[in-house]
Amino acid sequence: MGIRFILMVNKQGQTRLAQYYEWLTLEERRALEGEIVRKCLARNEQQCSFVEQRNYKIVYRRYASLFFLVGVDNDENELAILEFIHLLVETMDRHFGNVCELDIMFHLEKAHFMLEEMVMNGCIVETSKANILTPVQLLEKT
Amino acid sequence: MKEYIIRLVYVEMLGHDASFGYIHAVKMIHDDSLLVKRTGYLAVTLFLNEDHDLIILIVNTIQKDLKSDNYLVVCAALNAVCKLINEETIPAVLPQIVELLAHPKEAVRKKAIMALHRFYQKSPSSVSHLVSNFRKRLCDNDPGVMGATLCPLFDLITNDVNSYKDLVISFVSILKQVAERRLPKAYDYHQMPAPFIQIKLLKILALLGSSDKQASENMYTVVGDIFRKCDSSSNIGNAVLYECICCVSSIYPNHKLLVSAADAISRFLKSDSHNLKYMGIDALGRLIKISPEIAEQHQLAVIDCLEDPDDTLKRKTFELLYKMTKSTNVEVIVDRMIDYMNSINDNHYKTEIASRCVELAEQFAPSNQWFIQTMNKVFEHAGDLVNIKVAHNLMRLIAEGFGEDDDTADSQLRSSAVESYLHILGEPKLPSVFLQVICWVLGEYGTADGKYSASYITGKLCDVAEAYSNDETVKAYAVTALMKIYAFEIAAGRKVDMLPECHSLMEEFLASHSTDLQQRAYELQAVIGLDAHAVESILPSDASCEDIEVDKALSFLNDYIQESIEKGAQPYIPESERTGMLNISNFRNQDHHEASSHGLRFEAYELPKQTVQARIPPASLASTELVPVPEAMYPRESYQTTTVPSVSSDAASTELKLRLDGVQKRWGRQTHFPSTSTSNSTSLKTVNGITQVDGSNTANSRTRETYDSRKQVEISPEKQKLAASLFGGPSKTEKKSATGHKSSKPSSHMVKSHAPKSSMEVASEKTSVQQPPDLLDFGEPTVRSTAPSLDPFKDLEGLLEPTTQVSSAVNHSSTAAVTKSPDIMGLYTETTAGAHHKDSDILSGLSKPPMTNMVGGTTTMQVAQSSKGPNLKDSLEKDALVRQIGVTPSSQNPNLFKDILG
Repeated sequence: MGIRFILMVNKQGQTRLAQYYEWLTLEERRALEGEIVRKCLARNEQQCSFVEQRNYKIVYRRYASLFFLVGVDNDENELAILEFIHLLVETMDRHFGNVCELDIMFHLEKAHFMLEEMVMNGCIVETSKANILTPVQLLEKT
Repeated sequence: MKEYIIRLVYVEMLGHDASFGYIHAVKMIHDDSLLVKRTGYLAVTLFLNEDHDLIILIVNTIQKDLKSDNYLVVCAALNAVCKLINEETIPAVLPQIVELLAHPKEAVRKKAIMALHRFYQKSPSSVSHLVSNFRKRLCDNDPGVMGATLCPLFDLITNDVNSYKDLVISFVSILKQVAERRLPKAYDYHQMPAPFIQIKLLKILALLGSSDKQASENMYTVVGDIFRKCDSSSNIGNAVLYECICCVSSIYPNHKLLVSAADAISRFLKSDSHNLKYMGIDALGRLIKISPEIAEQHQLAVIDCLEDPDDTLKRKTFELLYKMTKSTNVEVIVDRMIDYMNSINDNHYKTEIASRCVELAEQFAPSNQWFIQTMNKVFEHAGDLVNIKVAHNLMRLIAEGFGEDDDTADSQLRSSAVESYLHILGEPKLPSVFLQVICWVLGEYGTADGKYSASYITGKLCDVAEAYSNDETVKAYAVTALMKIYAFEIAAGRKVDMLPECHSLMEEFLASHSTDLQQRAYELQAVIGLDAHAVESILPSDASCEDIEVDKALSFLNDYIQESIEKGAQPYIPESERTGMLNISNFRNQDHHEASSHGLRFEAYELPKQTVQARIPPASLASTELVPVPEAMYPRESYQTTTVPSVSSDAASTELKLRLDGVQKRWGRQTHFPSTSTSNSTSLKTVNGITQVDGSNTANSRTRETYDSRKQVEISPEKQKLAASLFGGPSKTEKKSATGHKSSKPSSHMVKSHAPKSSMEVASEKTSVQQPPDLLDFGEPTVRSTAPSLDPFKDLEGLLEPTTQVSSAVNHSSTAAVTKSPDIMGLYTETTAGAHHKDSDILSGLSKPPMTNMVGGTTTMQVAQSSKGPNLKDSLEKDALVRQIGVTPSSQNPNLFKDILG
């Protein structure tokens, strides 16, 4: 399975984007988000960007006010996921130009489209920025 | 409309129910506008799961869209397929998706592959005939499609490695091309060529190469290339490096690659970034399985991580320690784990650590004594989280003792257990499982050594029963323990007077709602009323280990039957031969033969009693030690019987066999203690030669570790000590196999240092007098004579005082050491040869450890420093001298050293 979920949460703990690759009910999502956001926000810069949960790990990375949290299986390469987050941000950066929290808030669907191109069934399928952005840009033109 | 739907997505994301709007999202996917359609699909995938009622409405649209000319529409539909199609609807879209595998647009091919991957995840059988498509797509000329195909192939290979061995060559050549930057620039990330594809490929290779020499040989070159090419200054480079290490540790080992992997790990561990340290620890845990010796180089880094405030790193390090536990370092590791266990309050993780502690303790326990102490600690702190079986094991261990014919040691163990339990009972709140163990042990052995009077123990037991009055199991254990103690008293011919609180307790239990408690209480009353002889055969002292032979045939009744028949009674007709009584006889059959198993019982407790042995713990206790009042003679006879050929039906005899099997299994010696644990009894009679080996080995391992420590002078002595105890292990075991001596020795050594009992202490002191060379092992022997302590650091502090005493002993014994020199020298040179590159430091290493052991011993440090010699050459010379003389210098006695060296 690899990636279980991708979350973007701001410093206040509000969810800005959530994508799950396994089905959870609304209550389960709420509980999970509450728990891990609390855990990750409490950590400081020096500590490592991985948190082990019951049977999965969270890899997180902070960009200004926005936290990117990725839940992965235990045998996943954490550093690679950390870099995947950065790739995602670079991609959004290229599309929005200096991406910020507001871009994601107001163009939620586009952020989702990019994610859809990059991750399917919990696997990273595309890492070329051009390939990721072409469909998104084509959609905009129509 | 699109905006509204996105608002709905927001609503759901913030945790509110938006199910009223789902239908609008479904409607949106019919829209003509591409953007709206895709947004609709997105919303549906976010809102619905594959078993939702609305899915039916969507499948039709998906089918239509999959046929669309616009590839963006097809992509949108394929995205939805990945999330929304369930097992039943797979056939509806499957043919179309197979067609799309040959679509001219690579984006479509890629998503079609992923859709098939999804189907494989959902129901492997539905796409089993299409597996060849994955292989075909691996050769797709678009790297994106190829990269995506790796995902399903990874899953397929995970499930069935052998069918894909032929692909090794292809994977290797793809990886090679990727590493050589043959892929388009667009896939580069931070100057690394397609790192995510590389990582996936390495994962696959690790699977394929695991324990397959031939396949692994194909991979060596390319993996080695990647090791060289990886840029270790960027995160992504390190991610690939880490994956390489994982791959190397999984495939058939190759020396060159292992060296590169070890290099990479040391770079990780030395870095300042916590992320890299974490990866390094994890990688170390993987590599340590293949080459245990690399842990030594990194001991200090590991200990840093262990003490890091970062919880994630700490846990990972504990995982590593768990992996590298051996009989030599188990004590330190488990102590650490228990400390950590006390400091956290996450129940899930606590349970995990507790079970790991138990596992390690069972596997590697150097002595039973230590095992019991450790278990006590685990129970005390996490008792309710531990499996009840562990408690039974502990009881069994105490009852069986060392399993050797060393009765004094056994009784020592027991009395120390009793003592510690009596002490622990003072604690306010104890977990139920632990109390059960305590009660059982007190009942069985509380009065065995005569140290405590029966009334004292019974008083304690009554206190327990009262204090934990809402825990019936504990109360039951307490009552049975009381009964045992009274029985032992009666059997010993002493007069029994029940304590008043015991009386009131009994009265309470006699009226208890729990039949079990009531039964036990009545039994207690009955037992007390019997005479000494009867009581002794009912509850023989310390008989919990004896197997009880059960005479299922009831042969002891033969005389009685004979008599009755002579008097004209009807002979017994087996039930099977009787007619018209089938039902009843069935019932009775069960009743007889399975009386003590789980079935319903139709008769009260009389029957099963004699069949079960006296020392089965809690659950079956009801039937164990009870003696039915009216038939008090039964059990006595059954103890004495030599089994007479079974007269009863076949069923009975097979039944008998079966049950004994079970008993054997349960109580027979199990695999809990590997050979090391048995060394305990021999530890008291350590032979001269072996102790010597021990000493020089320890010295050697210390040398190594101080070699490290010299490079990093600021490291605290405590850390070094910890490192020594953790990592001393590998070098010891290594050298031991080289010198070919008994492998259980180091553990026996440790045993002594922890043995809290006075006689042990005496014994160890004796050995130190009789066997002077032992004293060359500077740090540890002194620990032995210090007061009993559970914390290694306390031991260290205790070191300060006894040193003087020991150094005088060294003086006194030096002559003996010299006469034995050839022997020692042989061992010494042999062991040092193993560490030849560190030879130069051996001398300093030898003189240093004791000083580092002393907390705040600054003056001694200076002495040691001066005796060490300022430069390398100097110490080399001294080292040579030392070898000639055959005496290892010790800083505890620098004068001796000077004397010998002139």
